[in-house]
Amino acid sequence: MSAEKTAGVSGNRLARAAIYSVLIVFAVYYLLPLYVMLVNSVKPLDEIRQGNMLALPDVFTFEPWAKAWSSAQVGVQPTGLKPYFFNSILMVVPAVAISTILGALNGYVLTKWRFRGDDLVFGLILLSCFIPFQIALIPAARILGLLGIAGTTQGLVLIHVVYGLGFTTLFFRNYYAAFPTELIRAAQIDGAGFFQIFRRILLPSSAPIIVVTVIWQFTNIWNDFLFGVSFGDFDSQPMTVALNNLVSSSGGVKEYNVHFAGAILAALPTLIVYIVSGRYFVRGLMAGAVKG
Amino acid sequence: MAFLKIDTLRKSFGKVDVLKGIDLEIEEGGFLVLVGPSGCGKSTLLNTIAGLEPITSGSISINGKVVNDLHPSQRDIAMVFQSYALYPNMTVAENIGFGMEIRGIAKAERDTAIAKVAETLQIGALLDRKPSQLSGGQRQRVAMGRALVRDPMVFLFDEPLSNLDAKLRVDMRTEIKRLHQRMGTTIVYVTHDQIEAMTLATKIAVLKDGVLQQFGTPAEIYNRPNNLFVADFMGSPSMNLIPAKVKADGSDVAIVMEREDGAPLTLPMAGTNGALAGRDGKEVVFGIRPEALTDPDSADRNARQVSELDCEIEVIEPAGSDTFAVTRLGGREIVARLRADAPISAGQTARLAFNLDKAVLFDPQTQERIG
Repeated sequence: MSAEKTAGVSGNRLARAAIYSVLIVFAVYYLLPLYVMLVNSVKPLDEIRQGNMLALPDVFTFEPWAKAWSSAQVGVQPTGLKPYFFNSILMVVPAVAISTILGALNGYVLTKWRFRGDDLVFGLILLSCFIPFQIALIPAARILGLLGIAGTTQGLVLIHVVYGLGFTTLFFRNYYAAFPTELIRAAQIDGAGFFQIFRRILLPSSAPIIVVTVIWQFTNIWNDFLFGVSFGDFDSQPMTVALNNLVSSSGGVKEYNVHFAGAILAALPTLIVYIVSGRYFVRGLMAGAVKG
Repeated sequence: MAFLKIDTLRKSFGKVDVLKGIDLEIEEGGFLVLVGPSGCGKSTLLNTIAGLEPITSGSISINGKVVNDLHPSQRDIAMVFQSYALYPNMTVAENIGFGMEIRGIAKAERDTAIAKVAETLQIGALLDRKPSQLSGGQRQRVAMGRALVRDPMVFLFDEPLSNLDAKLRVDMRTEIKRLHQRMGTTIVYVTHDQIEAMTLATKIAVLKDGVLQQFGTPAEIYNRPNNLFVADFMGSPSMNLIPAKVKADGSDVAIVMEREDGAPLTLPMAGTNGALAGRDGKEVVFGIRPEALTDPDSADRNARQVSELDCEIEVIEPAGSDTFAVTRLGGREIVARLRADAPISAGQTARLAFNLDKAVLFDPQTQERIG
């Protein structure tokens, strides 16, 4: 992008000042809740009770974080969020991996191994993106029961894989639609088979869309509450459900500082994933929109 | 015996017939060019030979073996694609060696073969680069290298030069021709550029709408086009096609062309009297290439019949080596090719020599050549 072009778009100084003011106002507006959470998670409870939520802590303490992580009352057990954090990890990692790989394979078949009715199949897969979670709860519970994995982490992985397939297929199909078919043909003439072409030709060029899909799936599955609370058991409930139990435990005083710390802990992994690979996200979503 | 033989090949996509019964054959070491306007089915035909598209009926055989149902990798062919189709994630060497790697050939043997091909194509210095770091001409060479390294029975080229700029295209054309002469392999080459077709081919197949219009040597196609489409398509500037009437008076046959001003132009056609005998008063299309319509001094001295006639010149287009003169006959713009320093200027009446040995006549109804 040339400098002249940028200048041409942004206009005069006054307009620029106005744009920046609006942007700063919105940035503050969006960052304020995070600030409140951070500040209050490192205060003793007494300080919060005094009423000034926006003040910086007088006494700085990591006590609430330690408590939220390992000893807070979650439901009936004083376990902290730790076991549930690992429940979430054990659920999210395989669910993201499997749904991404299957989505990539679907996209590959739907664009490069076209068959009669493939558009219809894609339409049906796409439709699953629009089905509200609530509708599927009872059938899903029945299926999990029949398979004997109700209340287990595997059960949750299955549910999330099935629900994620619509989106992952959509992402990969649209990405691979722009991938030159001549490359596939060249590989066929070179003698490569279905999976060889996928692994050696397609996957190495798929980094941007893999990042997009992984962020999307990770965020959605990590933040899911409904499936977690419906199909999770004590040893498979994810972080989100535990956070709810922590906050809504009615025994004793409301420990706001612990709640804030717990909420940040619950949000941290998605935040990290986004910060680490976020720049690919926008790039990936826009891939192919403009000739690079 | 035909090395590559295509027999009544048909190909349909749903209800659309793309290839309507194609018969072609080429001997070993031949260079077959498939040429035609876009959408004529030439690329589809090439893809069916490669095995990338299944055929609806008919048969394709290579070296006496029917390959209809063989996978592309088992047909002993190699293909160079229009977009080059280099694997973007692999280096040049990996690109060239990929097929061998898939077939499980040992690394050392692969490297020897890659080095040999790289030397042939002078791309040795590029072996460690990625395709994105190469220029168009270099990518073209790598794509050819990937085909050459297979040492196949038939090479397939799908418009390989169409993405190159004009100068490079001419260079690569010469290089492909040289490569063909040196290696002596059989080549099938698709192009929409009739000059490429003329320069490279030992046999040309002209296609239109999935039907083979003419199949023959470049000279046959150029000098004796089967029909009006082939006449118009091959050659640049294209053949002058002038509506005319036959005037047969006993054994004297002539054709008459209308002119906007002045008397009609009459050309005696002694050489073709047999074909025109029964056509007195009928309409024909008189076809003559610009180089057979010249100033009298540059007319072919060995030609058996040359008629010189006065024509009004509308436009003069000097092209350096030649000068093209535009006149009007039978309501059409007619291009004549004069020598560069011919003393003719626009708006003047000049004497043009029609080399009737080179003229062809077509029936305007059937569009076919007469005689």
